[in-house]
Amino acid sequence: MTATRAEVCVTACADAWRGDGEVLAAAMGVCSVLGARLARLTFEPDLLTTDGGPLLSREALPWGAEAGPGGVEGWLPFRDHLWLVLHGRRHVMMGASQLDRHGRSNISAVGDREQPRSQLLGVRGAPGNTLCNPTSYWIPKHSRRVFVEEVDMVSGVGAEDAYDLRRVVTDLAVLDLGGPDRTVRLLSVHPGVAEEEVHERTGFDLAVPEGGVGVTREPSAEELRVLREVLDPDGVREKEVPA
Amino acid sequence: MTPDEIAGSLSDGMTVGIGGWGSRRKPMALVRAVCRSPVRDLTVVSYGGPDVGLLCALGKVRRVVAPFVTLDTVPLEPAFRAARQNGEIAFTEYDEGMFLFGLLAAAHRLPFLPTPVGRGSDVLRVNPELRTVRSPYPSPGGEPEDLVAVPALHLDAALVHVNRADRRGNGQYLGPDPYMDDLFAKAAERTYLSCERLVDAFDGPPQSLLINRATVSGVAETPGGAHFTSCEPDGPRDEAFQRRYAEAVRDPQLWEGFRARFVDVDEPAYQREVTR
Repeated sequence: MTATRAEVCVTACADAWRGDGEVLAAAMGVCSVLGARLARLTFEPDLLTTDGGPLLSREALPWGAEAGPGGVEGWLPFRDHLWLVLHGRRHVMMGASQLDRHGRSNISAVGDREQPRSQLLGVRGAPGNTLCNPTSYWIPKHSRRVFVEEVDMVSGVGAEDAYDLRRVVTDLAVLDLGGPDRTVRLLSVHPGVAEEEVHERTGFDLAVPEGGVGVTREPSAEELRVLREVLDPDGVREKEVPA
Repeated sequence: MTPDEIAGSLSDGMTVGIGGWGSRRKPMALVRAVCRSPVRDLTVVSYGGPDVGLLCALGKVRRVVAPFVTLDTVPLEPAFRAARQNGEIAFTEYDEGMFLFGLLAAAHRLPFLPTPVGRGSDVLRVNPELRTVRSPYPSPGGEPEDLVAVPALHLDAALVHVNRADRRGNGQYLGPDPYMDDLFAKAAERTYLSCERLVDAFDGPPQSLLINRATVSGVAETPGGAHFTSCEPDGPRDEAFQRRYAEAVRDPQLWEGFRARFVDVDEPAYQREVTR
């Protein structure tokens, strides 16, 4: 059984929550949400996951499914979600429009403050998430537009100020903040990806581990079964990361 | 009251809070009425969605105070985006939790509430009016902590949409999330409520009675009044219409037709047109 690139991305995202125990796994993006739920159904059963809305589901839900009668174990409306951010029992995997070498992220705007070239979302919860919670990132399309020397607006704080920036998973690779002065470091490339391609598609010099860059692990047979048969039988993951 | 009477009670330069969240349970019938009214130069305080977008598209806004503006299934709100990129509006941008504390402070008549959030981010850089405050108590680490003093978000008026209300101004939500609507009501000098249906008595648990009449100045019955945002369980988001709105905003010619048919008409005409 050979895993697709999207499936490698899902398990790489899942591994971000490895060892977290009983915390909320908050996720944005298809592979990231599937990763949180896969982790819960396999090696991290105490994780809390949601229905994509304000309900904590009794079991990890398939993509797009509702919790259904008896399927809810808790209520987390936005106000309580914001309480949880300060309280800290939460590991969030966010997206980013820009991410720089110090792990600072931007989802707010690109260009001039008074008249931005591109107005994006606004900072959302990124300042609080990164300051108070373990934070990882999921970047579905690794490119020099995303990985920039310096972000235009610091929405998510850099590794120096953050509570704990864990890892960055992209469609090409797994990275962390273990480089010199807490800069972005290339940990592993996904099977079939050349290390050179990751460097070419990154807008700054990437640190690499002393022992060399590894290859991201393949999902186990059981992980593939859960992902394909239970969590995402319609293959929504393949649209986010085309083969 | 009618939506037009509510809109008519606002005046130029006011700070107006709008309930809901993103493209969820927004008081769109009241927003449409504000769009038809002559009021201008508003400061809009909102977990922003198409409420902010529509008001920007109609030139009603001087400043937006928000942690984000999004249509949820369309990530970027195109009218807000255009207004920013054309340099037409100012943007006071807070983290979601800071924004909550601003409402909480105003609701409790506190000048500010402290939070660590903001430190290390550019929220402090782009909002130079924000100040920090030193805790009078030592932290567990020994040194007293410096915290961001989020100023109270005082509102001249708030607009909120709920599932049920009575004529006296009590409001009930029946969906899965109250959002921050009760806090908007408590933070405002005057709150106007619209509802899917006016009732004489409420069904459902007392916890669903989100807003009480002491904070409400006027009520309007507006069936479909959150359209095209979601208003569970009375109705889901109208995704097709939302996409149509987003496309119209991006195209001046489409916008002219959209505006004539869906904005420059009264609420009953709007409701007729969207079901045609």
